Amino acid sequence: MTPFNRNFGQGRNTKAVRLDMNWKELTKAGNIYEPGNAATYETGDWRTIRPVWNKDRCIHCLICWRYCPDASIISTDGKFDSFDYKHCKGCGICASVCPVHAIDMFSEDEIDRREEARKNEE
Amino acid sequence: MATLKELAKVEERFVGGHRLCAGCGHGISVRMVLNAAEDANVVVGCATGCLEVASTIYPYTAWNCSFIHSAFENAGATIGGVEAAYKSLKKQGKLDKDFKFVAFGGDGGTYDIGFQSLSGAMERGHNIVYVCLDNEAYMNTGIQRSSATPMGADTTTSPAGKVVPGKQQPRKDLTAIMAAHNIPYAAQTAISNWQDVHRKAKKAFDVEGPAFINILSPCPRGWRYNTPDIVELVKAAVETRFWPMYEVENGKWKLNYKPKKYVPIEEFLKPQGRFRHLFAPGNEHMIKAIQEEIDNRWLALLERCGETPELPPK
Amino acid sequence: MKNKVAITGNEAVAQAMKQINPDVVAAYPITPQTEVVQIFSSFVSNGQVDTEFVTVESEHSAMSAAIGASAAGARAMTATSSQGLALMFEMVYIASSLRLPIVFPVVNRALSGPINIHCDHSDAMGIKDSGVIQLFSENAQEAYDNMIQAVRIAEHPDVLLPVSVNFDGFITSHALDVLEVLDDDTVKSFVGRYQPEEYLLDAKNPVSMGNFDMYDFYFEHKRQQVAAMEAAKKVIEEVGKEYEAISGRKYGLIDAYRLEDAEMAVVVLNSAAGSAKGVVDELREKGMKVGVLKPRAFRPFPFEAVQEALKKVKAVAVLDRAETFSTLGGPMFADVRTALYDLKNDIKVVNYVYGLGGRDLRLEDVEKVFGDLADIIKTGRADKFVNYLGLRE
Ligand SMILES: Cc1ncc(C[n+]2csc(CCOP(=O)(O)OP(=O)(O)O)c2C)c(N)n1
Ligand code: SF4
Ligand code: SF4
Ligand code: SF4
Ligand SMILES: [Mg+2]
Repeated sequence: MTPFNRNFGQGRNTKAVRLDMNWKELTKAGNIYEPGNAATYETGDWRTIRPVWNKDRCIHCLICWRYCPDASIISTDGKFDSFDYKHCKGCGICASVCPVHAIDMFSEDEIDRREEARKNEE
Repeated sequence: MATLKELAKVEERFVGGHRLCAGCGHGISVRMVLNAAEDANVVVGCATGCLEVASTIYPYTAWNCSFIHSAFENAGATIGGVEAAYKSLKKQGKLDKDFKFVAFGGDGGTYDIGFQSLSGAMERGHNIVYVCLDNEAYMNTGIQRSSATPMGADTTTSPAGKVVPGKQQPRKDLTAIMAAHNIPYAAQTAISNWQDVHRKAKKAFDVEGPAFINILSPCPRGWRYNTPDIVELVKAAVETRFWPMYEVENGKWKLNYKPKKYVPIEEFLKPQGRFRHLFAPGNEHMIKAIQEEIDNRWLALLERCGETPELPPK
Repeated sequence: MKNKVAITGNEAVAQAMKQINPDVVAAYPITPQTEVVQIFSSFVSNGQVDTEFVTVESEHSAMSAAIGASAAGARAMTATSSQGLALMFEMVYIASSLRLPIVFPVVNRALSGPINIHCDHSDAMGIKDSGVIQLFSENAQEAYDNMIQAVRIAEHPDVLLPVSVNFDGFITSHALDVLEVLDDDTVKSFVGRYQPEEYLLDAKNPVSMGNFDMYDFYFEHKRQQVAAMEAAKKVIEEVGKEYEAISGRKYGLIDAYRLEDAEMAVVVLNSAAGSAKGVVDELREKGMKVGVLKPRAFRPFPFEAVQEALKKVKAVAVLDRAETFSTLGGPMFADVRTALYDLKNDIKVVNYVYGLGGRDLRLEDVEKVFGDLADIIKTGRADKFVNYLGLRE
C-alpha cells in the first residue's frame, strides 16, 4: 500500500479507518470514534523478556494487575487469569511487585531457542 | 475501600496498545486514577506530553471514554470548557446523563507552561479533577529540566558538567501552591501505596468543585533506574520524605504517612542514573544541600498538618 | 419585525450574542472589545441568556475553553482584539483543525509594539492562514448581521469551522450608529439549535479528539480543511440569501459598489469602505468611472467573485490596513493581485498601506488614490506599486 504506513505497525485497519483511505474518506479532524481501539495495536513484540505465571504459587491478590502499565494482566472473576502477550511490553514490574514470586521473567530469545530445539526434536 | 478483586471488574478506561515506554509510570498512574471513577461517564482531557502522544496515535486511541487534547499549556482551560458546556446543557435540559471530568498533565504542562491555565480553572471553581503526572522533567522532548526537577538532577538542559553538577534549584512545591487556591481538595500521592492513590482519586471525583492530585510518576528513561523496581523507588521517595503523602481538604492539612525512621535521601538518589554524579568526590555538598532542603520542608509540612515538627529518629 | 435602534458596534454585537444565546462564552477583556464582554456579563447576571460565562484568565484560555465547550457539544463563543488574538493564535489554529464552529468577534486593533489601542487590521491578518473564516463588517449593522449569519455558516455540516467577525476598533465599536435589529424569535429560529454529529458528552458514543497525527494522516486532514473552506464560499452566499429574506439586507462574499462600468476600483475592508463609497459618489458626479470592492469574506478568499467584479477595470488600488514587512506590500494586495493575474487583462494593481495604529483615512486620501489610478491608466505605467497613504514622508 502506501509507503507511509509506519503508524499502523502491527496494528490492523480499524473499523472506521483503513490505511489506504484518501482525504475524503478519513474521519473528520482526525477524530477517533472507536474508544479503546488501541487494543488492536499490538505492542507485544516490543518485549525482550516475558513474564510467566506460576499457577501453583499465585494467591490471586491481583497486585500485578494493579501495577501493570499496559493493562496486560487479564483477570476473570477477581482472579489472575492470564497475560495479554499481545500488549505486554515485558517491563517486569508485575514480577517485581508479586508478593509470592509467582511471576518469573524469561528472555524471549531463550524461549524462542527452546521452542525451536523442542520442535527439532519432534 | 474496595478490594482489588472488585476494582479489577471495573471497565478498563486506559487500554493496552498505547505506546508509552515499557514500565512507564504514567500507565500505572492513569489506570489507578480512572479505575477510581468506577462506572461513571468520564471525559478525559490531556496536556501535550508523553501520555497524550503515546495514547492517541491516529487512528488508535487507548482511551476507552471521551477524550480531548488541544495543546500543551491549557489542559485546565480545556477541561474547564468541557465542564462549562456540561453545566450549561444540563441546566437547559439538553443533556440527561451525568459526567465526571479529569485532566492529566505532565509536570511541564502543570508546574510550568500550564500553570496559569490550571490556576485559573481552579480559581473559577469548575467541577473537575486535575491530575499532575509528575516525572520531574520534560520527558517527551527528551528529558529537559522543569521546575519539578529535583535539585542535583542531570537533565539535558541541566546537564551534570565539570563546573555545574546538575540542576541548581530545588523543586517548586506545586501541591502546596494548589492548596493555597483554597480549593475543596488538593493531595499528593504515590503509586507505591495504591490504596492511597485510589482513595484520593475517589475523593477528588466525589468532591463538588475543583480537585488537584499530584502523583509521582517515574520515567525509567529519564530517571535511569532498573525498570521493574518502580514501586521500590517510589517507596524510597516516600520513606526519605522526598515525596510526602498528604492531603488538604477544605483548608485542613493532613499528613497521610509518617516514616518510622530517618531514611537519608541517598536511598532515593542512589538507584537513579540522573543522580549518579552526585556521588562523585567533590559533590558531597550537593547531597547535603538536598537533604537540608528536604528536612526543612518536612518540618514545615508537619507544622501545617498540626503534627509535632520533628525529624524521624535516626 | 423591524426595530431601529441607536447603539454602538460593541452593543450591537453583544445584542446579537444575546439573541443567539450561546451555551458557553469564554472571554477576556481587551480594548476595544471590552464592552462586549461587559455587556454580555450583564445579560448573564440578569438571567437574560442561558449561557455559562467562563471568566478565563487569558485569551489563550478563552479559546481553549471555547474549544473544550464546543467539542463537548455546546454552541460556544469568545471575543477579542489585538494582543488578545495574538495570545490566542496557537488555539485559533487548533480550533479550526478540530473543526469546531466557534464564532468570535474580533474588534480590530493594531498589534504591539509600540503598544497602540486603535484600529488597524494587523490582528486579523495574523490569523489569515489559520483556517478560520473571516468576515469583515463596514459598520455596526453589518457587524450585527454578520454575527447572526456566522453561526449558521460555522455550523453548516459542509463547513464546521470557526468564524471570526471583524469590525473596526473605535470607528465601529464605539461610535453610535442607527441600525435595525431583528426580534429575538426571528434570530432564534434563524440560528436554530446546534446539534453536532459527534461530541464528548455523548455517553453512548465516546470520541477521542485532538489526536496525534503523523505524516501518514496529517496531510489528508489538512486537505479536509481546505475543502471545508471551499465549501464555505457557497454556504456564505446561501446563508446570505436566507438572511436577506428575514432582514431585507443583501449579503454575499463581496460587496461591489458601482463597479459595473468602472475603470478604476479601490479594494478595501471594513469601515474604510464606507469612506471610499462616499468619494466614489462624488467622483462619479464629476464623470469619473470609479467604484469600490469590499470583500465581506476575506477567508476564504473569494477570488472568483473578485475576478468577476474587477475583470473590466483598468486599474485597481488595494488598500491594506496592515503591513506584512515582506517589502511586497500589505496582505490583501497579494491576494487581489494573484486573483487578477490569470485574467491576463493587463489590469494594473497597486497597493496603499493606510491607517496603521488608528490613523484616519481622509477623504482626500481616497481621492488621491483615484487620481493616481487615473495617471496610471493615462501613462500605462505603475512604477511604484507599494505606497503609504497619510504617512509623513
Ligand atoms: C507551546 C509548546 N511549547 C513546547 C512544546 C513542546 N513540548 C511538548 S511536550 C513537552 C514536555 C512535556 O513535559 P511534561 O509536561 O513534563 O510531560 P512528560 O512528557 O514528561 O510526561 C514539550 C516541551 C509544545 N508542544 N507546545
Ligand atoms: S501478584 Fe502474584 S500472587 Fe498476586 S495475582 Fe499476581 S501473580 Fe498472583
Ligand atoms: S511485564 Fe510489564 S507489561 Fe507485561 S504484564 Fe508484567 S507489568 Fe504488564
Ligand atoms: S520517556 Fe519516560 S515518561 Fe515518556 S513514555 Fe517513556 S518512560 Fe514514559
Ligand atoms: Mg514530565
